[in-house]
Amino acid sequence: MTSSKFTRRGLLKTGAAAGAGLAMPTIFTGAAWGFTNEPTGSTVTLGFNVPQTGPYAEEGMDELRAQQLAVEHLNGIGDGGMLNTFSSKVLDGTGILGKKVEFVTGDTQTKSDAARASAKSMIEKDKVVMINGGSSSGVAIAVQGLCQEAGIIFMAGLTHSNDTTGKDRKANGFRHFFNAYMSGAALAPVLKNAYGTDRRAYHLTADYTWGWTQEESLKASTEAIGWETVKTVRTPVGAGDFSSYIAPVLNSGADVLILNHYGGDMINSLTQAVQFGLRDKVVNGKNFEIVVPLYSELMAAGAGENIKGVFGSMNWNWQLPDAGTKAFVKSFGEKYGRPPSNSAQTCYVQTLLYADAVTRAGSFNPCAVAEALEGFEFDGLGNGPTLYRADDHQCFKDVLVMKGTENPTNQYDTLEIVEVTPRAQVEYAPNHPMFGGDDASLGSCNAGA
Amino acid sequence: MDAIFLQILNGLDKGSAYALIALGLTLIFGTLGVVNFAHGALFMLGAFCAVTLQKLFSLSYTVIDETQKDFLGNPLKVEVSYLEGWFGKDLGGALADWSVPLSILIAIPIMVVIGFIMERGLIRHFYKRPHADQILVTFGLAIVLQEIVKYFFGANPIQTPAPQAFRGALDFGVLVGFEPGAVIYPFWRLVYFLFAAVLIGAVFAFLRFTTFGMVVRAGMADRETVGLLGINIDKRFTIMFGIAAAVAGLAGVMYTPILSPHYHMGMDFLVISFVVVVVGGMGSLPGAVAAGFLLGILQSFASMNEVKAVIPGIDQVIIYLVAIVILLVRPRGLMGKAGVMEE
Repeated sequence: MTSSKFTRRGLLKTGAAAGAGLAMPTIFTGAAWGFTNEPTGSTVTLGFNVPQTGPYAEEGMDELRAQQLAVEHLNGIGDGGMLNTFSSKVLDGTGILGKKVEFVTGDTQTKSDAARASAKSMIEKDKVVMINGGSSSGVAIAVQGLCQEAGIIFMAGLTHSNDTTGKDRKANGFRHFFNAYMSGAALAPVLKNAYGTDRRAYHLTADYTWGWTQEESLKASTEAIGWETVKTVRTPVGAGDFSSYIAPVLNSGADVLILNHYGGDMINSLTQAVQFGLRDKVVNGKNFEIVVPLYSELMAAGAGENIKGVFGSMNWNWQLPDAGTKAFVKSFGEKYGRPPSNSAQTCYVQTLLYADAVTRAGSFNPCAVAEALEGFEFDGLGNGPTLYRADDHQCFKDVLVMKGTENPTNQYDTLEIVEVTPRAQVEYAPNHPMFGGDDASLGSCNAGA
Repeated sequence: MDAIFLQILNGLDKGSAYALIALGLTLIFGTLGVVNFAHGALFMLGAFCAVTLQKLFSLSYTVIDETQKDFLGNPLKVEVSYLEGWFGKDLGGALADWSVPLSILIAIPIMVVIGFIMERGLIRHFYKRPHADQILVTFGLAIVLQEIVKYFFGANPIQTPAPQAFRGALDFGVLVGFEPGAVIYPFWRLVYFLFAAVLIGAVFAFLRFTTFGMVVRAGMADRETVGLLGINIDKRFTIMFGIAAAVAGLAGVMYTPILSPHYHMGMDFLVISFVVVVVGGMGSLPGAVAAGFLLGILQSFASMNEVKAVIPGIDQVIIYLVAIVILLVRPRGLMGKAGVMEE
């Protein structure tokens, strides 16, 4: 017979202490203490900060379409999209916590200073409780820092640099999009199968945080399968004519060109690489190949036939067969007459995830929302079972390896899914050296006012 | 050695674009005395003439194909080009394929008219105003033109491929004794360089060997005296503005297969073109052309890995470094004359 040391009085004491402990974050940061932009009326305002001008404007426009759709679905307008397939069922189309959702938009111009200025204006003037969107890691890191200082939740849009949830991670910032490390981890086995282990790679890299971390990630993952890195060359963002960077590739002895470029830069560099006959070249007895580690549908459309057969990776694609994807593509397609891009999907999902976390937390308090998002596991939003890891606020889910379609059947048929890389293959430790190592820290949540 | 040769070739096509834009800038500055910050936008508008013709040639009607499905599972709408319907698959296809060179035909009148409207409608009101005012108004105009183009064509670069016949690359190295595959140069870049050379030659010949050109040159040297001789120099200068716009436009049209056009491309070229004009010498047409090629080639060299290994980041600043050195050594630029912009 076992004897218990618990007494009724002891149990009550422990229970009370535990209860108080559990309730602490909400008591300390709850309504009584106030937080930045606490919504008091019948509406709540979200801030959508996307590039509406500048080189990534097309991505920004697609993000905005998805964000508007998310707001409609949250307010009970339309067919509900992914709300019908989302594993969490607390959102019922009556806004967020009974408040009608409104939104304001800002133009990041794909410039960190402009993005911070528009985010600041949305926080101070429009009293937004959350900021979502963006199409550049430089911008995402800048706005994430601002939201941390202001006591606002930042639900990142398209940002692929390891730093966003690596060395620059913040307690108030959350990223659903995948990152450069995951691209490398997903692509390497596919590249090994397609091109073998004896390859010599030459990197052309956009000279900012995203390019640097993608280069580092791809270099590590391709060297792990036996490839040699011949040279890594940084190119200015928006260079336009990359011919003087491509020409040296010809005689470098490399037989693979890895283009760590995005948007218009990728369209130009890929087009020019093809013009210089790289894809027709035979080096070291092998066909010369080009790899574009980060793809987007909008870029693929811009690059035209040059991307045929070129491997890359994506966070999500409208051709996925799951119910969540189908529901979203249907809502989006019927409203806008085109399939959504992966930047649109990440913004849509981030908006729903925020609304869901607020509802589960029962509060707009950013610290309560952050707590509800941390460690949250969900499904039905297009990428299979997904975890919002508490340690770094990075989502972990399956990653797509893509290839430029060889025989497109319509204008949207630009990329095909080669492989859905399982989540386990792209996971890494929160203190991974590429993500800031042991020094990287979220800091503490800031509720602001 | 082959790498150096390749970079010289590379610099030539970039230099051609700089030279053509700078030539137009200098023509306008030399004749009208206006610092035209909208000149990059004219280059961009030229490129969009090619985009427009490509879009017109690919205009199509929709046929519903019940046997195929679109991304929502509805019957697929198949686009059939009008051009192929009218002229048959061969001729229709060939016209669409050659849309970039054919754009020259529409770009010349369009750009001349745009130049004429710009000069008569806006810029002439600023002749007697300070250069700062001219810069502000033309810069503003450039932004307006840019936003109009963005409204109609979107912000993403639009692919405008060269005709199939020019899509490959030439093994240039073999022709001059290098190993096969050492110096590969895309056909279209070669076409661009030759086109630019012909266009520059034509502008110089026009100014040199025609009466009109002679009067314009006289007007550039001494506007007042030419006016006193009873010649309506203003009218001729307006025409020169149109010609300068057409030169920039044609530079843009032919550049589209090299760089997919986007609404911001003019601004990217404008700043460098101004440096070209200043290095060449304000008001000097040969100076603008020489400096265009010089800076294009230097920029290419600075992008070489061997050069960057010695001075990191040199590719970003070489043009401005050269400009500083030349302005220190020859304050009027390579071929500048006394009295220009020095009053």
